[in-house]
Amino acid sequence: MNVAAINISLGGIGPLLILSATALVVLAIDCFWPSERRSHLAYVTVAGCLVALGATWRLWGAQEAVFGRMIIVDNYSTFFTGIFIVGTTITTLLSIGYTSRMGIDRAEYYALLLFATVGMIMMAQGLNLITIFLGLETLSISLYILAGIQRQRAASIEASLKYFLLGAFSSAFFLYGVALTYGATGSLDLEHITRAVGETTFASKPLLLIGVGLMLIGFGFKVATVPFHVWTPDVYEGAPTSVTAFMSVGAKAAGFGAFVRVFSISLQPLSPDWTHLLWLLAVATMVVGNVMAIAQTNIKRLLAYSSIAHAGYVVVAMVAASALGTSSVLFYLLVYTFMNLGAFGVVLVLGRQDEEVLAIDDFAGLGRRAPALAAAMALFMFALAGIPPTAGFVGKFYIFSAAVQGGFVGLAVIGVLASLVSVYYYFRVVVVMYFMEPAGEIPLAPRSAPATVALVIAAAATLALGLFPSPFITAASRSLVAVLF
Amino acid sequence: MSYIWLILLLPALGVIINGFFARWVGRRGVSWIGPGVVGLAFLVACRAFFDIWALPADGRLVEEVFYTWIGSGRFTVEMALQIDPLSVVMMLVVTGVGFLIHVYSVGYMHDDPGYTRYFTYLNLFTLSMLVLVSANNFLLMFIGWEAVGLCSYLLIGFWFERDSAANAGMKAFIVNRIGDFGFLVGMMLIFVTFGTLDFTEVFHAAPGALALGGPTATLIALLLFVGAVGKSAQIPLYVWLPDAMEGPTPVSALIHAATMVTAGVYMLARCSALYVLAPFALAVVATVGVATALFAATIGLVQNDIKRVLAYSTVSQLGYMFTACGVGAFGAAIFHLMMHAFFKALLFLGAGSVIHGMGGEQDIQKMGALRRHMPVTHVTFLIASLAIAGIFPFAGFFSKDEILFSAFASGHYGVWAVAVFTAFLTAFYMFRLHFLIFHGTSRVDREMARHIHESPRVMTRPLAVLAVLSAVGGFVGIPIIYGGNKIGAFLAPALAHTEAHAPHAGVGTELGLMAFSLAVAAVGIALAWRWYLARPEVPGRIAQRYRTLYRLLLNKYFVDEIYDDLVVRPARVGSEAVYQRFDLRVIDGAVNGAGALVRSFASAIRVYQTGYVRNYALSILVGVVLVMAYYLWL
Repeated sequence: MNVAAINISLGGIGPLLILSATALVVLAIDCFWPSERRSHLAYVTVAGCLVALGATWRLWGAQEAVFGRMIIVDNYSTFFTGIFIVGTTITTLLSIGYTSRMGIDRAEYYALLLFATVGMIMMAQGLNLITIFLGLETLSISLYILAGIQRQRAASIEASLKYFLLGAFSSAFFLYGVALTYGATGSLDLEHITRAVGETTFASKPLLLIGVGLMLIGFGFKVATVPFHVWTPDVYEGAPTSVTAFMSVGAKAAGFGAFVRVFSISLQPLSPDWTHLLWLLAVATMVVGNVMAIAQTNIKRLLAYSSIAHAGYVVVAMVAASALGTSSVLFYLLVYTFMNLGAFGVVLVLGRQDEEVLAIDDFAGLGRRAPALAAAMALFMFALAGIPPTAGFVGKFYIFSAAVQGGFVGLAVIGVLASLVSVYYYFRVVVVMYFMEPAGEIPLAPRSAPATVALVIAAAATLALGLFPSPFITAASRSLVAVLF
Repeated sequence: MSYIWLILLLPALGVIINGFFARWVGRRGVSWIGPGVVGLAFLVACRAFFDIWALPADGRLVEEVFYTWIGSGRFTVEMALQIDPLSVVMMLVVTGVGFLIHVYSVGYMHDDPGYTRYFTYLNLFTLSMLVLVSANNFLLMFIGWEAVGLCSYLLIGFWFERDSAANAGMKAFIVNRIGDFGFLVGMMLIFVTFGTLDFTEVFHAAPGALALGGPTATLIALLLFVGAVGKSAQIPLYVWLPDAMEGPTPVSALIHAATMVTAGVYMLARCSALYVLAPFALAVVATVGVATALFAATIGLVQNDIKRVLAYSTVSQLGYMFTACGVGAFGAAIFHLMMHAFFKALLFLGAGSVIHGMGGEQDIQKMGALRRHMPVTHVTFLIASLAIAGIFPFAGFFSKDEILFSAFASGHYGVWAVAVFTAFLTAFYMFRLHFLIFHGTSRVDREMARHIHESPRVMTRPLAVLAVLSAVGGFVGIPIIYGGNKIGAFLAPALAHTEAHAPHAGVGTELGLMAFSLAVAAVGIALAWRWYLARPEVPGRIAQRYRTLYRLLLNKYFVDEIYDDLVVRPARVGSEAVYQRFDLRVIDGAVNGAGALVRSFASAIRVYQTGYVRNYALSILVGVVLVMAYYLWL
């Protein structure tokens, strides 16, 4: 590689730099501020996120490979960066009351959220498999710690350890896949890989296929597709709810950000070799996720299986492997960020000091005791179930249309059937909230204004993206027009 | 016609005010706003009707685009309404009958603690139904379709303190989702075939893009019909409707008789351009329709719950409408839909009045001779019964007769015969109901008898208005006389016609058929009179003699039990079994929700550290092996 070709563009990685700097600031001021002013750390974090969001906004339309082709700044990565930062902002707002109740309102908490976001951005902006791997690890390590940040709770530590062990396990596969791909194509640069794959006389195809398969496992683990999903329910259940919320949207979106760029874009010439595999993956994920969710009695586990199922829907769009398919991935992940964070957000704000309300039956009577909160939860459940006019419906319709248009009618039918099943368990939450008598008093946490703001944002976005999805769909499809690599 | 948005805006306003600001407007405010917005929406619908009427017959189609809902490249869907004869008729029915039922509800729900919640839901329903009937594309229609389902669910489970109500709501929702599945897949197929979901574009392109009787046309038509079967309670998905009677009676009148359940008929009429290209699908529609009509009528013969009789009667009448669609007489289907909205709403409201006066009693075996106590209810109920039985000159006579005639004239003699027999059954069970409630000897227990009273005026006035409509409404579609069938002529440009449907059979034939069906209805009524008034001991004897058949009918052919055994229980058990096997932690009972969290630290360590991560890693490894195997050997 020519050293002179390393073109440094600080603007291109502006959001990444701003978030890193904010994380350091948060850590630094923690040393000087008295502990009772810790909630201010959250506001610093939010401020940093908003500035980073502004920087992201300014990147829209930019189109260049920087830092010696390690980083790519294009609309695709900018769209994803936007999703990540919005997710982090909402998570931080939701955390404000929750963290102090759970005794985890430490500077590390916020700093790690920010570092995790930095890792996500690197995954979306990576033009080189090494960058993607670095991002993946930055994200994962932050999440390992965050999952176990509630040190006094066994479940939290257990979640952290499980996530770490299995994450390390799958990272190894991923890295091995990267190595084999390098061996087969002689490059780690995604564009070079495409060119190498496109060559007609390609001798080392088996080597490449194994490499690709192993990378698939790495991504499959991160976004929780069957059969690499096993960690999800345990980790989601054990980790502090705010961390679970963050993981379920941010980490998943980041995983797909890299997954789609590597497979749907870079390995597009190889798509006959991975489409059928993804087809199977999508079907298994949708079916297992939705069927298992039915039997759950714990809301966090229910949402865990639901998030597995949603990963399945997104893979459906990847199978379609068309512009429509890929832009529907982007749109769906945006929608999913709001509706899933919203659902977790409602779970977060329920519960008293050090005690959470997690059994679905505990939601009984919420419709009367906290009508606004129950209405919000119902909205998020409808959205996740894909019922119009919420954003979830438009997103799903978009995905299944892409699949049908790509000729995968069977897959679309399975998808629609699977989401039919999902209505059952999402609806059960609504039924319990409105149509069941509470066995006892549901503890309601003291109201937290920032959490309320976050829920209002999530609810408004869930509705708005359903009623006025056009600008966002246009943005999502425009993210692809200019994709170089 | 940009004012047409008001028709959606008004009920939306009602929802917002009643839903969020009920505390400010108070109970009186809710009583005015709830019915008021629907009444105003009715005026808007009337204005739209006259404006459409003023246009030349072939230009009666106005589309009002609000904004582009989804737009990216070829995939464009607009937020737009379509005003044409079909949608205007539906708007009039929804807002007109809806308004009367809203007013009635003010009296009926007067003492209910959920008063404002009730009107919020009812307004939301009106809004959704209007979206359904006025959408100009499949996707927007689907929104309305889902939303009315949601409202129906909320209102069936309105008295959720009763377990049966909550369960009935759940059942309705789940059964409907099966239908929605058909609708969704059909819609995707339309999108793939035509590249658009806009009604006008699709129906315009259909004759060129689809071969007559070709597989695509047939598949689309059948898939959409699956949706209609769910929503309009036809065999085999009708099971939710009788249970839906758990909701308040005005809800049964509005949603489960007059409007929502007819959405499937509306959809078929709307898509008539597609159906005429699929003769096989039409044959399926006709068969399912007439079979449902007969099947539900036989169950209706022996039920003793006043609302259940009416529910099965609704299923049966919906079957008639589908029969009409199936023989290609879409106009007749919509005509009957409209007349049915009048008389069935009236029957339900009358039943509600009876239930209200009887302090909640629904068993007709415990009624009798109520006509002295409730004169208005009695007369209006009688008019509605005559209308549904098809006695001249009441509403049902004209519309039912047009269906029978269309079936006969288009050569569907078998369908015609079954439909005529069903008409006989209908007349019989309706008058059985009527005689048992209002005539004969009183079987009311003495304590109750002192409290029976006629309903307040806020309830009886809507009954009177509907009674007038049920009595004379049919004259908008007079057969035989040239130009007499105004409704048919009005709807014609919005509907497609099959080649086979050319009702040019002679006037003599038509008159003969009419006389025949009239005679059949009269015999049904006479038989009901003989069995239930003249010689009340006869039905018991017959039930005794044909015990097996009687039990079969009384238990509704055991369909609910069969579904429970074949579908519901296996699904639940299967999910449970998969879960047990798949999820190792269940074995430890740790999944008992919150219970798991409070487990002691020690046992947690013991449980979690015995190597479950290893099991998880194994699962991943299996995945790895499968992926590798796929690439190396496939």
